[in-house]
Amino acid sequence: MQAFLDQLWIARWPLWEGLLLTIGSAAGSILFGTLLGVIVGVQLAYAPWWLRLPFRIYVDIMRGTPVLVLILAAYYIPAVAGLSLGPTQAGILALTLFAGAHIGELIRGSLQAIQPGQAEAGRSIGLTFPQLLAYVLLPQAVRSALPPWINTGVELIKGSSLLSIIGVGELLLKTQEVIGRNFMTIQFYVFAGILYLAINIALDQLGKAVERRVGQH
Amino acid sequence: MEYSLHFGAVWASFDKLLSGLAIGLGLAVVAVAIGTVLGLLAAFASVGPYRLLRWAAAFYVSLIRNLPLLVLVLLAYFALPQAGITLDKYQSFAGALALYSGAYLTEVFRAGLISVPKGVIEAARAIGLTRLQTNVSVVAPIMLRNALPSLGNTFIGMFKDSSIAAAIAVPELTFEARKINVDTFRVIETWTVASGLYIAACVVIAALLRGLERRFPKF
Repeated sequence: MQAFLDQLWIARWPLWEGLLLTIGSAAGSILFGTLLGVIVGVQLAYAPWWLRLPFRIYVDIMRGTPVLVLILAAYYIPAVAGLSLGPTQAGILALTLFAGAHIGELIRGSLQAIQPGQAEAGRSIGLTFPQLLAYVLLPQAVRSALPPWINTGVELIKGSSLLSIIGVGELLLKTQEVIGRNFMTIQFYVFAGILYLAINIALDQLGKAVERRVGQH
Repeated sequence: MEYSLHFGAVWASFDKLLSGLAIGLGLAVVAVAIGTVLGLLAAFASVGPYRLLRWAAAFYVSLIRNLPLLVLVLLAYFALPQAGITLDKYQSFAGALALYSGAYLTEVFRAGLISVPKGVIEAARAIGLTRLQTNVSVVAPIMLRNALPSLGNTFIGMFKDSSIAAAIAVPELTFEARKINVDTFRVIETWTVASGLYIAACVVIAALLRGLERRFPKF
């Protein structure tokens, strides 16, 4: 145990940086993914079919393809298209596209669950469609989508571990590098696992607390 | 951008992609089969009368669901040998995926168990079935039928997660695609075909499951 603690002390800064990058890439992709997801969700719920179709295709491709394939595609494809993305940027791009599709479906579901009377009432007092969305529909949809949205955060923290495969120096890659130096395989993988658990259980509890509050109405 | 599509290089290795797809499906089938047993045990434990078993089931579910699958896979493949247990890459991946799917299936079966009407259980007890007989011949069939759609979704999820086996060099679809990508530099074509194969497999599995759901009417 003492030997492990010594090694942990030596490795504290790389692991700390990795942890920050894990949280940062998950946070960045949920932020961009939410912006994207709200647009996608509104299109899926209200757009005419010819506008809805491309969004439906996007969502179905993202949901039918493994996250790792998305990450590898986002890593290799931009280079031939003349864009140079670093591994971290490519990884966040892939996770954002993935999150956007999932959050889009969440928003679509909650928009469609709102009673039609709400939209009718809004229109009858003369709200335009953007006003109706901003003041009546989205606030309610966001409210009911909040608990599963936090769950998407757990999926993204877990998904960010796959970025280690394209060489992003997040927690898991840093852990592997540390293990490469000291060969304490079990100890450091378990340590990384505990860090993932701590973040995700905190998010999970947050989601449950929010669900209780939302559920009160 | 000077890039024109040439799918020829990818079609030349299409058989490798297909065998990769088969390996991924095989890993998912084995894992979900073991995971179903784990999930059934943990689900019955979590609604049962014993507090210690309920606690153990809850611990298993929240431990595994909050860990990245890749961490479990690396633990099984690289860390277990340090503890004297050596598994090859197929065994360690299937084991990790089984443990992972078991946690998700516990939730699936738990929801199924809760959906079994109380009256049915009381009726089975009233005609003199023991608790075990009630569970095996009354509760389990209804629960399995009610859980079938979620069970199918979990299987599709685990099939997609079989891509992570590429990280320990299991030659499944993602691993083969990455190899073709690096060998031929037909980047766009490779990932389009790989993604298309995954989506096609998911669509076929989903259609088969819907057929199965139709054959057994919902309770």
